[in-house]
Amino acid sequence: MSASPPEPSRRALLGAGAAAAAGLALAPGMRLIELAQARSAGEPASGLVRWGMLIDANRCAAGCTACVDACSQENGLDSAIDLRQRPQWIRKIELKEDRSGREVSLPMMCQHCAEPPCVDVCPTGASFKRADGIVLVDRHSCIGCRYCIMACPYKARSFVHEPLTHQKADVPRGKGCVEGCTLCVHRIDRDKKPACVQACAETEQGAMLFGDMNDPSSEISQRLRGAASVALRADLQLDPGVRYLGV
Amino acid sequence: MQIGQFARIERRFYWLLVALAALAVAAGFLAAHAMEEHGHSITGMSNQIVWGVPHVFAIFLIVAASGVLNVASIGSVFGKPDYKARAPLSGLLSIAMLAGGLAVLMLDLGRPERVIVAATHFNFHSVFAWNVFLYSGMFAIVAVYLWMLMEARMSRYAKPLGLAAFAWRFVLTTGTGSIFGFLVARQAYQSALLAPMFIVLSLGWGLAVFLMVQSAIYAWNGLQLAPAVQTRMVRLLGVFVAAGMYFVLVYHMTNLYWARQFAFERFILLDGAIYAWLFWSGYVVLGGIVPMAIFFSPQPRGPLAAVAGSAFVLIGAFAQLYVFIIGGQAFPLEIFPGFAVRSSFLDGSIDSYTPSLPELALGVGGLGIAFLITAVGVRVLRFTPQDDLGSHPVLAGARD
Repeated sequence: MSASPPEPSRRALLGAGAAAAAGLALAPGMRLIELAQARSAGEPASGLVRWGMLIDANRCAAGCTACVDACSQENGLDSAIDLRQRPQWIRKIELKEDRSGREVSLPMMCQHCAEPPCVDVCPTGASFKRADGIVLVDRHSCIGCRYCIMACPYKARSFVHEPLTHQKADVPRGKGCVEGCTLCVHRIDRDKKPACVQACAETEQGAMLFGDMNDPSSEISQRLRGAASVALRADLQLDPGVRYLGV
Repeated sequence: MQIGQFARIERRFYWLLVALAALAVAAGFLAAHAMEEHGHSITGMSNQIVWGVPHVFAIFLIVAASGVLNVASIGSVFGKPDYKARAPLSGLLSIAMLAGGLAVLMLDLGRPERVIVAATHFNFHSVFAWNVFLYSGMFAIVAVYLWMLMEARMSRYAKPLGLAAFAWRFVLTTGTGSIFGFLVARQAYQSALLAPMFIVLSLGWGLAVFLMVQSAIYAWNGLQLAPAVQTRMVRLLGVFVAAGMYFVLVYHMTNLYWARQFAFERFILLDGAIYAWLFWSGYVVLGGIVPMAIFFSPQPRGPLAAVAGSAFVLIGAFAQLYVFIIGGQAFPLEIFPGFAVRSSFLDGSIDSYTPSLPELALGVGGLGIAFLITAVGVRVLRFTPQDDLGSHPVLAGARD
């Protein structure tokens, strides 16, 4: 008796067909859930969410500026002004440990503190923290006193020293106002990751992880549980939303 | 020289001084307009040194405005007649300097046209927001106090108002010191000592301004201050200068005690080039030791000694504020202790700062506003101390 190739059973065929049909039927539904999770215009940010970032300095390559370039492009930060006066929402910092000579490279931006000093000191309330933990500047009520720049322990804010042209529609800015990393709030509200995180992932470094720190099942929460991360200037107990590994 | 001829020359000279002050004010407004037009790119300020020379002028004027009122307080609150006669001039100088300082502070804002936002939106966690009330309250209290002092029918209210002004200016200078005292981010600040230190410094700076203005008014009008009063006032200034130096010493000593502050102290006191030089030469020697030597010398102290000593105190005040405000920001933030740091944003580096012409013009414009208000006030109202009019050659003769 010769062996013949096994024919797909009628039962398996029906199963595969049903799965495909179910997939087709459910896919738009899944997309709807995704859309529903993105905030619609006018809907307030949720206090149930705490957006944050985990930066693994071990994976961050010295000299790589993909995150900085992406930020500049996304937010329209091109400027030819002197470096001392140029706004920088995110910057690369190169560190060398005094004792061991160990070298570390990492990106630095607004740490989106839970207890932000910039919000405390702002006389008009222009500096504010959204319910989901993102620290922002209201460009309509910022008077340009720069007290928040004096108060920020991370040097994360910049003052716009020059007149601006060709601004991005999503990112309003203004001469004479203070600004800083918005965590790409306009992208987050459309359920996208910040531009720096996406650019870092595209370089395959994958040093930046973005997510909801309040959701125990999110990747960022799991990584934070699994490895000892540090908050910069932890002595100030500001509970920053950006944490670092490998510093 | 005949009296009519003297009066003509005097009037011309007065208008010349007023015109010069008006020119300084105009230059200040022009500078503010240029900064509004081009942004702060035309200043020497940066994202590290965000408060520059305009803030040195503004904070000097505001702190001295509080201190100069001390003369009135000694008169009204502590009942010393020599000082009571000088209370109106002290009040006028306080309002004039407060106006000059606030004008500089507001015109240096990135968005000065939004000052209405600052007056209508308050975040009461902010020391700046408290100060909006403290400054406007100071204007109101001192204005009413002056009214009580100068209107004979109201003189019985002068003492309680003087007491209110006395308390208010302590709170106001506490507020000014706290602008820096609550800044945990930077090595130079974050000290509870700063509020009392600013109060003590204000007493010296204010009295120095008062003595200079008083000497000028007396010289202008051919009056002579009684030597006993002169000696008492300059000696008091000497005590204030010594007390200020004591607070500055304690501030640096407490910093030196903490290892984490050591690098900053080394920068300000030793390595910081212009800042270390200004601290030792400008503040300690010219602003402290020299005036104290003048004020406490056993030789007779005429008006020249009062003017020269006060001028040295004011040179020291500007040197100290420059070191404190600009030197304090030039030193990098300590975000990564134990690491050498570098970045495109001057992390780990000392920022270099050169004040630009518009910044200096704006600051001098603030001085011009204070001068103009004082000059016009003294001319049109009775702010000149009235107890020494007997020393005037003509007036004394008329009385005989």
